[in-house]
Amino acid sequence: MKIGFILGEVGSGLRRNLSMVVSVVLVTFISLTFVGTAALMQMQVTQMKGYWYDKVQVAIYLCGEHNEGTNCTTGAVSEGQRGEIESMLGSSAVKPYVDSFEYESKEQAVTHFREQFSNSSMIDTVTADQLPESFRVSLVDPEKYQIIKELFSSMDGVDVVVDQRELLEKVFSIINIASVVAIGIAGVMILCAVLLVGTTIRLSAYLRRRETGIMRLVGASKSSLQLPFVLEGIVSALIGALLAGGVLWAAVKFLIDGKLALEYKDTAFISTGEVFMVAPWLILLGVILAGVSSLVTLRRYLKV
Amino acid sequence: MIRFENVTMVYDQKSRLGSENARPGLDDVTIEIDRGDFAFLVGASGSGKSTFLRLILREIVATGGAVHVAGQNVARIPSWRVPKLRRGIGVVFQDFRLLPQKNVFENVAFAMQVVGESRSAIRDHVPEILKLVGLEGKEKRRPDELSGGEQQRVAIARAIANKPQILLADEPTGNLDPATSVGIMNVLDRINQNGTTVLMATHDDGIVNSMRRRVVELSLGKIVRDETAGEYTSMIPVINQDGTRELRQADHSTWHKPQTGSQAFAPFDTEDDLP
Repeated sequence: MKIGFILGEVGSGLRRNLSMVVSVVLVTFISLTFVGTAALMQMQVTQMKGYWYDKVQVAIYLCGEHNEGTNCTTGAVSEGQRGEIESMLGSSAVKPYVDSFEYESKEQAVTHFREQFSNSSMIDTVTADQLPESFRVSLVDPEKYQIIKELFSSMDGVDVVVDQRELLEKVFSIINIASVVAIGIAGVMILCAVLLVGTTIRLSAYLRRRETGIMRLVGASKSSLQLPFVLEGIVSALIGALLAGGVLWAAVKFLIDGKLALEYKDTAFISTGEVFMVAPWLILLGVILAGVSSLVTLRRYLKV
Repeated sequence: MIRFENVTMVYDQKSRLGSENARPGLDDVTIEIDRGDFAFLVGASGSGKSTFLRLILREIVATGGAVHVAGQNVARIPSWRVPKLRRGIGVVFQDFRLLPQKNVFENVAFAMQVVGESRSAIRDHVPEILKLVGLEGKEKRRPDELSGGEQQRVAIARAIANKPQILLADEPTGNLDPATSVGIMNVLDRINQNGTTVLMATHDDGIVNSMRRRVVELSLGKIVRDETAGEYTSMIPVINQDGTRELRQADHSTWHKPQTGSQAFAPFDTEDDLP
């Protein structure tokens, strides 16, 4: 069986069945885009976790002049109170949980704030007085946050104890929900794609029943009878998968690399490198789905 | 070359077994067709001719007995080897079955491409075959630019493109006028003289009677006649007692039915005295 002959058959099949082929391309394209999006979002979560979990700290904010927290009845935190908190952090009861801690004064807080929001118009209006002093505590095990909170939140001069990880978890849970939605849509679309490939192949086999009938009679082998149809499905799915990869690449390139990453410099974003890790799997998935779907269809509609 | 041993073919066994008209497509048929034979397969529609041909091609598998083609029991051939069996058998049909968008050359070449012949082999061999069937100079024509007889020649050329040992023809002259049919029969005869076994199912008594070749007649799935230089009559003129004439089908099944009593004389029915 000559490869040129088979490819010629594939080409004529694709041309004759063009509208169906286009719909297969589009459905595979959309379904694989959703699969790819879900995968990229999960990669983003993993990346952010890796990046942030090292850095997240428990912030013990101290009372400022205008705080109304239950421990702030005496106004701004005093030197003594601050010393007490510091020695508490160094005490044997707390030490095993604490990796390191540092004091952040109002002035340092302003500097950090300005670094973080360098391209926001807010920075000029923020003064050192508006930002609280704090202790930044890195924990050995971030899960043990509750212990720190219990120990410090009732101390005098402590306004509030904040686990930065909690803020991140909220972001992650939103991304996770989005991933689940994307996977759900992808599942339905993949089902559509599989059924559509089957229908297309069936139609294609019907349109070419004259050829296949003659091929059978002159002794075409099973593979040379079925291969053109299977390839037809695979080629359509492959085009769809390539489009999906292209769209994901463009989205990451222009939305994340070109926009988000510039705006939020201290956040670790996925980049086009991750797209190149995901795309081969999308292509493989598309090809396998189309191949299996067309083989199953042909088993019923194109007997040797 | 082709040997049937007590072959029975029952279609749709479940629904037919209990029914009144339960009747097999072929019923205990035993016959042998030798290498190089030219045989006609005759009989009324539904007598089992097509079943006979399809069994040889292994499009269907006999429900009883054994079909041997070129020394192989076709029922024992694994499905992936069936294409190889079919490469040794050429088939021609009443409706030609050409590819309308391909020209004459491409239609014949298609059969060779399918089995993976090289381009140079196709270029050499196709003109030879077209010459054999009398289509020189018409390579570039499309099927719709050809007469029925020429289309059937293309179909025959395609059937013999892969040099099969057996050529099956299912009413090849069924759509053609008598003069054109003679041309087709000449082509089949030439192919037979080159050593190919030809088995032709037909209704055309004129052709059968003039060719004087082996005739196998089927009726209701049984072989009722097998003559080495036979004739075939599908219609028998009958003169009734009241002097009217009518044509009766020469179907053996009618012998078993009691006649109405009106029949006086059937001049060509030699076995008229059967019950």
